[in-house]
Amino acid sequence: MFRLTREKLELADLIDLVTDPEAGAIATFIGTTRNNNDGRKVIALDYDAYPEMAEKELARIGDDAKRQWPICRMAIVHRIGPVQITEASVMIAVSAAHRDAAFAACRFAIEEIKRTVPIWKKEVYEGGEIWIGTQSGQRFE
Amino acid sequence: MNVKVKFFAILRERAGVAEAVKEIKSGSTVRDLWENLQRDYPKLAVPGIRLLYAVNQEYVTPDRVLKEHDEVVFIPPVSGG
Repeated sequence: MFRLTREKLELADLIDLVTDPEAGAIATFIGTTRNNNDGRKVIALDYDAYPEMAEKELARIGDDAKRQWPICRMAIVHRIGPVQITEASVMIAVSAAHRDAAFAACRFAIEEIKRTVPIWKKEVYEGGEIWIGTQSGQRFE
Repeated sequence: MNVKVKFFAILRERAGVAEAVKEIKSGSTVRDLWENLQRDYPKLAVPGIRLLYAVNQEYVTPDRVLKEHDEVVFIPPVSGG
């Protein structure tokens, strides 16, 4: 399953989705929102996405991973909208017969998300906000 | 002919709208559309960033020729995860 959500993420839901009788391993990754970046104190984060394309790209990552490693199932869920500091912004779970494929595909998935999926993070600071990747935003007076 | 343009993230803020229908000449490319949009939204371009381009939810090159009712999105550097 590959989707975006405004709801809080639950790792147990992803593990259920990839549970498979052929699997001997499940690897998971959780991306969390931290309270600092480049020396700035981050007070809030807000994710925007091009939803139809982002979900297609997430599914494409799953297809590519299946071609490269012998995995059973993959699930990726990404938050959009406001995300509180310490909460998860993305979760990935991959099941495979053996751990090497599960770890490798999980790593591949997060790297691909950061490279190609049309999702954008805005960091809000005391005194301004920035769309990460563009280094553009606005200063609050 | 008309195409639909959707704006996201920094480009939505700079355009001031989330989407627009734009009339273009037959044979126009994605690059031509981007240049036309500068006139409608003078603050749209973000200096120093590299855009990617999507038509109907697939990445394309800027020389892609547009068709009636295409959905075009200009994609600033992504920052998911």
